[in-house]
Amino acid sequence: MSEKVLMKGNEAFCEAAIRGGCRFYVGYPITPQSEIPEYMSHEMPKRGGTFVQSESELGSINISYGIACAGGNVFVSSASPGIALMQEGMSFACSAEVPIVILNVSRSGPGIGGIQPAQADYFQVTRGGGNGDYKIPVFAPSTMQEAIDIIYNSFEIADQLRNPVIILADGMMGQMMEPVVLPEEKQPYKTEAEITKYKPWALTGTKNKDHRNRIVSYWAKPEELEHHIIHLFEKYAKAEKELVRYETIGAEDPEIVFVAFGTMARIVAEVIEILNNEGIKAGMIRPISLWPFPKAPFEALSPEKTKVVISTELSMGQLLADVENSVQGRIPTRLINRVGGIVPTTNEILERAKKILGELK
Amino acid sequence: MKPSDLKQITIVAGHYGSGKTEFCLNLAIQRLEQGIKTALIDLDIVNPYFRTREKTAELEKMGIKVYGDFYRSDITMEIPALSADVRTPLEDRSTYSIVDLGGNSSGALVAVQFGKYFHEGDYEFLDVINFNRPETRSVKGAADHFHEIEERTGLKFTGLVNNTHLLRETSIDTIKSGVNFCEEVSAILKVPLLYTTCPNFLFDEFIASPYYKSLDHQILPVNLLMRETWLDTKLS
Repeated sequence: MSEKVLMKGNEAFCEAAIRGGCRFYVGYPITPQSEIPEYMSHEMPKRGGTFVQSESELGSINISYGIACAGGNVFVSSASPGIALMQEGMSFACSAEVPIVILNVSRSGPGIGGIQPAQADYFQVTRGGGNGDYKIPVFAPSTMQEAIDIIYNSFEIADQLRNPVIILADGMMGQMMEPVVLPEEKQPYKTEAEITKYKPWALTGTKNKDHRNRIVSYWAKPEELEHHIIHLFEKYAKAEKELVRYETIGAEDPEIVFVAFGTMARIVAEVIEILNNEGIKAGMIRPISLWPFPKAPFEALSPEKTKVVISTELSMGQLLADVENSVQGRIPTRLINRVGGIVPTTNEILERAKKILGELK
Repeated sequence: MKPSDLKQITIVAGHYGSGKTEFCLNLAIQRLEQGIKTALIDLDIVNPYFRTREKTAELEKMGIKVYGDFYRSDITMEIPALSADVRTPLEDRSTYSIVDLGGNSSGALVAVQFGKYFHEGDYEFLDVINFNRPETRSVKGAADHFHEIEERTGLKFTGLVNNTHLLRETSIDTIKSGVNFCEEVSAILKVPLLYTTCPNFLFDEFIASPYYKSLDHQILPVNLLMRETWLDTKLS
């Protein structure tokens, strides 16, 4: 289908996953992503896949872990508190090196929080809440078309890295409608025999081979475990170079630079359009990968020209931490945020940004 | 439509994301401008975002009373419950009510408990169709939704609404494709096409076109009230 259709975010995420090669979906309803298990429950059986409703989010991640060990292309989704429950499983999947594509349609917190959109899972997804040393690539799309393209390709990224991949889409992204073009359906494997060509490490049975595959999650000797962790981090160092994605938009040599991802980047795009029309040179760094965090566009900023870098987010300065880390004190940094499920208006950001600029002059 | 033809209650249903809420809001505003005492009843208890009650303050400022109070937790509460005051305009014969049901047959099911207010001939029951939604892109898809909603609610549709658009990317051809599709659906289901919507930014161009003159149903200009402008700002 190459024609434009109008889709709700959560439905578009599902179509992108199915067309990208998802053969198993495991999930449990939670707002604002409940349309995903609903959609997958009727689409997966029709499209040659399997839908599993788990008994809880702990079930979701661990069932996915099992499916991934056996070489299945598996997709799991939830919203913030549900993703919190999955953290242990993610750490296990990283240690055992099994690919799972995980979608977080985030809402507000802490605790049960609320059902309105938020980005306060930034640390949860970029740092991880599981135990031990591990990393998970995180992609945060801003438009529905971008979300489709990212999810569509995420199964391959997860397979190549043999690691989970997270897509962070706030609740607004899950619920909004947008015209999109859906990609052609990919069929990476049709039979069990084809899985071994595609994922030679998968546990598909010995079948008279002279060796058997092993997926190991326990290293009894500290030296072996240390060796394994170093191996994982060599892999992550490579991913850090290859998977970094961002976009810079707005004026050349901006005096004010916003940093925003997901829904916030949409609002900031309107803000910088207005500022530039008013003669204030404004730009935006939009990280698309949150881990690896894009440092290059910050290094390219000139302290002579840029007066301030403003982290614009739906959390209490979580993104700001990475912004500060990337700016390294060369340019003043500030925060414009709303939390608790409140999405700021274009005017609110505009006024707050002008106030910051005034204070710095 | 002259107020003399107007039914006291207009119930609006349709597929998820067909544009029921924007249609209801704009229809209410048009009626208000015609001097008709109008109330909006938001019975969407299946959608967590973009519900009429988020715009209560703006609408009431215009003079449209909004009913859909979820015990003063209108935006965040996610309970399939409605306070009793939603019945107020239905019991008031001097008010013309527009009832916004939730999406699909599961969202429309809520109408059943208000059955005693819906007497045949006294209400309009509209099925909103957007040809660009994948599930209603075929006559079978649109007919299946139509029948499922009728079955769940026990109410018969009295009209179709062609709300075919692609947000800011809508063109006159987009609208035409929707008219052609809805006319086909209308002929098969034997229910008249009563409205076609047209985004505000296209309205002048649309009514100046010869095509507009060939249409025999009402054209409703639509201003996207639920949609923040930043949603349509191009990122790059």
